[in-house]
Amino acid sequence: MADTSRFPGSTMNGGQKLAMKYFTVAIALFGAQILFGMLAGLQYLYPDFLFGVLDFSINRMLHLNAMVVWLLFGFIGSVYWMLEDESGVPVVGLGLANLIFWIFTLAVVAVVLVFLLVQVGAGDMKSIWLITEGREYIEAPRWADIGIVVCVLAFFYNVVATFTKGRFTNIAGVLIVDLVALAGLYLAGMFYTPNISMDQHWWWWVIHLWVEATWEVLVGCLMAYGLIKTMGVRRQIVETWLYIEVALMFGSGILGLGHHYFWIGTPEYWFTIGGFFSALEPIPLVAMVVHAVFDAGHHKMKSVNHPALAWIIAQAFGNFFGAGVWGFMHTLPQINLYTHGTQWTASHGHLAFFGAYATMVIAFLYIALQKWRGNVWMGGNLEGAWKWKWAIFLLHVGMIGMVMAMLISGYEQSQIERAIEGSSWMGYFAAQGHPWFIQGMYWRSICGAVFAAGFVLLAWDLLTIGKKEARPALALQGA
Amino acid sequence: MSQAQALWWASESFWRKTAIWVTAVSFVVLIFLTFDTVKQITAGSKRVPAYSVINQRIEYKFDEKRNFQAPVIGREEPLFGKKLTEQEAEALVSHGKMTTQSKNCIDCHTLLGNGSYYAPDLTKAWLDPVWGSKESREEAMVEFLMNPQLVAHNGIGRKMPNLKITEPEARAVVAFLKWMASIDTNGFPANFKSIDQADAPAAAASAAPAVQPAPAPAQQ
Ligand code: HEC
Ligand code: HEM
Ligand code: HEM
Ligand SMILES: [Fe+2]
Repeated sequence: MADTSRFPGSTMNGGQKLAMKYFTVAIALFGAQILFGMLAGLQYLYPDFLFGVLDFSINRMLHLNAMVVWLLFGFIGSVYWMLEDESGVPVVGLGLANLIFWIFTLAVVAVVLVFLLVQVGAGDMKSIWLITEGREYIEAPRWADIGIVVCVLAFFYNVVATFTKGRFTNIAGVLIVDLVALAGLYLAGMFYTPNISMDQHWWWWVIHLWVEATWEVLVGCLMAYGLIKTMGVRRQIVETWLYIEVALMFGSGILGLGHHYFWIGTPEYWFTIGGFFSALEPIPLVAMVVHAVFDAGHHKMKSVNHPALAWIIAQAFGNFFGAGVWGFMHTLPQINLYTHGTQWTASHGHLAFFGAYATMVIAFLYIALQKWRGNVWMGGNLEGAWKWKWAIFLLHVGMIGMVMAMLISGYEQSQIERAIEGSSWMGYFAAQGHPWFIQGMYWRSICGAVFAAGFVLLAWDLLTIGKKEARPALALQGA
Repeated sequence: MSQAQALWWASESFWRKTAIWVTAVSFVVLIFLTFDTVKQITAGSKRVPAYSVINQRIEYKFDEKRNFQAPVIGREEPLFGKKLTEQEAEALVSHGKMTTQSKNCIDCHTLLGNGSYYAPDLTKAWLDPVWGSKESREEAMVEFLMNPQLVAHNGIGRKMPNLKITEPEARAVVAFLKWMASIDTNGFPANFKSIDQADAPAAAASAAPAVQPAPAPAQQ
């Protein structure tokens, strides 16, 4: 373990120690996500690979559930990290919080083992309770759903009780309202219906209203805190920006939900409402870029923590391009009719989840590690800085490469399968067998390998950064 | 701060109020729309037919007025030759739906265009020309679902694995797929060419023109 008493300001509070546990699990699951993504990607190229042993569906399910859980663990960890700092009092109910961490982690391990070893069940309610719910992203069986709700409620209790006891800042207020919505929405995904239209209608409440409303605002809160911490930006400025972002984000994202209601049996008025409001969704993301870049420029990029600042800037741009630009490209019904459910969607999904959320969690990991390693210097000329620089570079080259490859395959698929062949069984394979599609899938795997290399470097850097650093962290005024 | 007065539009309190109002109004509008939408997608409505629709022929035809294809509910044509009551039909479709969930179909396929992109969209699978003729379709589907790995249907060697689907489960899945094909999806998928469901020539002579003849399935 690190020597935690090296420089002033390096004493970790209880919430921060707990956060390190969440971060550790998060980074391990990030690795698992990449592993299963690579396997699923290879199955596009070599369909016999692991056929009947670890089928595409299982790899994909693990790829995505690992992603959702590591990001949630990263967010929860980040909130525990800032809780005492922000509220000015120790975390209320820390013992419970630690217990919940272990329950949560064990439940995740149990679910993963069932996914890997049991895989599928008979077509009855027992399977849905014990094995899989079979709904993309929220495949976790019902028992685990209930467990997740209990864990999140305990987490919520920690947050609310701590802020009400201590300082109740603007960030705290936004965060609490947002967590209520985030937890409440999960309930919309916890029921069974034979009606697939009804099923998907509510499923999108969870998925869309999470990633395009509540998660965005959560990340906005973390960003606000991150900017104060890494650059000493004035609180009033970040909190005003936070409200601007909330207004724009909820104002466009809530009714933007309609862009998923074009083709699932829902009425035609969603063409107009969904198309219009979702087309506005990039606006708050532009605001976030302006905010981060303006603040960084205003403080002349002078930051306590260079890697964290780099990832914060990456978040602003990644969110804008992945969610804003890539989302906008296919959000109008006239276009979405042909891109719906193709590699276009996968291209957007990757850039958005990575750009908006993975980046934010990684930025927080660096903020946390700086203190963990003894509040050491993480500015310019950092010892071994090549590692974090190459990691961020390779991860971005790999991700952008994958996203471009999928976009090209997606173009081909939307033309041939969707427009010309009319999405029949043979139309689907006419597109899948086309050289342009296959080339895209090759490049996806090659760039995936680059991404994986970047991850290895990132993990190595996280394990070592600042260990040999002999200088204390730069002190900020007004932080 | 005297500046705060001048810059009311840059003040924290202005944006806090704006955020609260914008969120509240959007949410209320969404709730109203949700009430209406849920009504319109409840099984038994115009857009999402009752489960007993599996007793009838389902077609997907171009609608001149709406300018896209829409499902057309045709004459009686019970699934597996057995007419079901509403309750029996719902139980069967529900068993099929539950099977799709417990086997993670959506982690390879898309349903109504949502899901995964490793295998064909299943929205109109019931109407796919590969099933051959409308007489052999039901049994062909059951057989395929129970042993999908046996025959190669595409040139790139991708196959659906055997998911240990039992015969009752397979029949239920077929019911679910037939029912799903009847949902009004605003023209998605576009330009879909259905299996030939026309009646035998004698009967068809007087009937309305049927859907376009299906192209020969490109085997292998
Ligand atoms: C591991 C991935 C995988 C899973 C899981 C899977 N499928 Fe498939 N499915 C495929 C592939 C690949 C094909 C194309 C097979 C071929 O061309 O031979 C296919 C083809 C089909 C077809 C014919 C395609 C069409 O357009 O009509 C149907 C119907 C079908 N699957 C239904 C299902 C159902 C129902 C389930 C769940 C019970 C399911 N599949 C689960 C991969 C999968
Ligand atoms: C960080 C925010 C976002 C994330 C993480 C995200 C992620 C995703 C993912 C993973 C999907 C695929 C869902 C599935 O599996 O079916 C999806 C679909 C979609 N997203 Fe986003 N998204 C974000 C923001 C946006 C924005 C801002 C827009 C519009 C401007 C947008 C437009 C769309 C559309 C239209 C689809 C449906 C694609 C289809 O029809 O197949 N997204 N998004
Ligand atoms: C080594 C790197 C990766 C590879 C090879 C990879 C591969 C894949 C594959 C094959 C799929 C299935 C797509 C389909 O259904 O056809 C997928 C889905 C997905 N992956 Fe990845 N992935 C990688 C990394 C990531 C990362 C880092 C993220 C985000 C943080 C991510 C997010 C997603 C999402 C959101 C989907 C669902 C897309 C949708 O449904 O539209 N992946 N990935
Ligand atoms: Fe969305």
